Amino acid sequence: MAYEITAACVNCFACMDVCPSGAIREAKPHFLIDAAKCTHCEGDFADPQCASICPVEMAILNEFGEAANPQGSLTGIPLERLQALAAAGIL
Amino acid sequence: MELKVLGPAKPSEDGCSKGSCGSTDDQMAHLPEHIRERVKNHPCYSEEAHHHYARMHVAVAPACNIQCNYCNRKYDCANESRPGVVSELLTPDQAVKKTLAVAATIPQMTVLGIAGPGDPLANPSRTFDTFRQLSDKAPDIKLCVSTNGLTLPDHVEELVKHNIDHVTITINCVDPEVGARIYPWIFWKNRRIRGVKAAKILIAQQQKGLEMLVERGVLVKVNSVLIPGVNDEHLKEVSRIVKEKGAFLHNVMPLIAEEEHGTYYGVMGQRSPSQSELTALQDACGDMNMMRHCRQCRADAVGLLGEDRGQEFTLDKIDAMEIDYDAAMAKRAEIHQAIEASRDAQRAAQTAKSATAPASGLPKGLRSVYMAVASSGQGVVNQHFGHAKEFLVYEASPEGARFIGHRKTDQYCAGDTTCGDAETALQRTIRVLDGCEVVLCSKIGIEPWGHLEDAGILPNGEHAMEPIEEAVMAVYREMFQTGQLAPPAFENRSA
Ligand code: SF4
Ligand code: SF4
Ligand code: SF4
Repeated sequence: MAYEITAACVNCFACMDVCPSGAIREAKPHFLIDAAKCTHCEGDFADPQCASICPVEMAILNEFGEAANPQGSLTGIPLERLQALAAAGIL
Repeated sequence: MELKVLGPAKPSEDGCSKGSCGSTDDQMAHLPEHIRERVKNHPCYSEEAHHHYARMHVAVAPACNIQCNYCNRKYDCANESRPGVVSELLTPDQAVKKTLAVAATIPQMTVLGIAGPGDPLANPSRTFDTFRQLSDKAPDIKLCVSTNGLTLPDHVEELVKHNIDHVTITINCVDPEVGARIYPWIFWKNRRIRGVKAAKILIAQQQKGLEMLVERGVLVKVNSVLIPGVNDEHLKEVSRIVKEKGAFLHNVMPLIAEEEHGTYYGVMGQRSPSQSELTALQDACGDMNMMRHCRQCRADAVGLLGEDRGQEFTLDKIDAMEIDYDAAMAKRAEIHQAIEASRDAQRAAQTAKSATAPASGLPKGLRSVYMAVASSGQGVVNQHFGHAKEFLVYEASPEGARFIGHRKTDQYCAGDTTCGDAETALQRTIRVLDGCEVVLCSKIGIEPWGHLEDAGILPNGEHAMEPIEEAVMAVYREMFQTGQLAPPAFENRSA
């Protein structure tokens, strides 16, 4: 399976600019990865580039369909805090 | 309401508080002549110029290569704009078109900036494509760019080529330990790097970029976000170091952190600085008179500072405009000349006056008073209270009127978030004017008058169309004559 972009994407172009395979394209409502072109960056870089620059948690899924950047992994906001805010309807 | 009373202003080294703070000469007295010449028409660098000239930003650079704890990437770059704001993203071609349309319609326009959302230098092709086209089609427009600095050293040569003479670097720290509390990660050499290691790289790149730009004669302004308990004391050292290295201006801006923006600081309850904390730090960092009026305007703002005419220039409206670029440029030159002539005259009048009447003539040691002013430009009191989207705050003291900063009435309901119904626009305005005892405007309705008075803020519409500093001092003198400045008991209550 290739890397994949989810609805959490904010369309910031960052991944598209760094993808070595030209696999990412601008699209509505959010950017998309062309599964046929995505190489997981193997042979080019140690880390998948899109997942290494994407600023939004949960926006990119890895080859196993898991979030490459799970909740809290980029901002450092504790999960309980995020859940509390979501429950209160603030976020 | 508890009355906030601040001690009398201490005269600043550049003599600013002795006379008028609105005069460019005073604010920029410490700058070398060649720099003063270059910034005097820049509405963001000269408190006085911003009454006359306009600037605009375009959002062409959405990608970023670092994370700041006060930023949520759903919104614009928080280094240059207020958080929670979303700008209309343009392609370079659209941005060029928009800039030319604005410059033709608003001939006071002098500056085009790219400031995100995102980091312009993390989007070099989009940023430089825009600049290259504009240098070509509108050579009289000054270009400026703001960056977090991470890739700045790589782009200095390119910047110099495009003859971009204003660069803003956001530098919040020079100590990686402090940096690790501000930046959770950076994207560097094809990896995501975290913590102190990341901050160390970012700081090194920022400092190197600063040095390289100064070496090449490019003007560098440094922005810092004041984060209480994280970098407040540290910013004094930042200020010293960046100025030593040749930054011509250090602009300290307040952190804005609201829970609903979803930023790390907002969510974790990091507080924003108070106005007095901010003023104290700006004073400590020196030449802040030039940047007190920084509005942290949104990245797609258009117009004179404090106004946003962006809605007149949406893409479909621009498409419908017919523009003669050469005629527009000629008209700009003409208007700029007229503006310069009137500024010269204003300045001459001011000098003549201060020669005959040096100080305010009031006894030293009177307590100072904060006053809010509604003005839509030209340096005079000329706005209806109800129309003011922001107020200029001045501190009146026996030494004169000193510009302190801006208070936006919509600061807490920016972007698409709707404010709770509980707070009316008037209540919000009263809240942002906290600490001011007088509000000067051209006119004001009966109802807001009553509410303001109840809140301890006296409206005053008697100085419409008068120059701001004169009006402020006239009111201050009146307060003195009616015994309102006397009670020393108040002084003890100041925190
Ligand atoms: S994993 Fe690599 S190749 Fe695949 S989309 Fe991301 S950056 Fe491109
Ligand atoms: S970097 Fe992330 S948020 Fe930005 S466009 Fe790519 S997937 Fe979307
Ligand atoms: S540099 Fe600007 S866009 Fe990037 S994370 Fe910081 S505030 Fe946000």
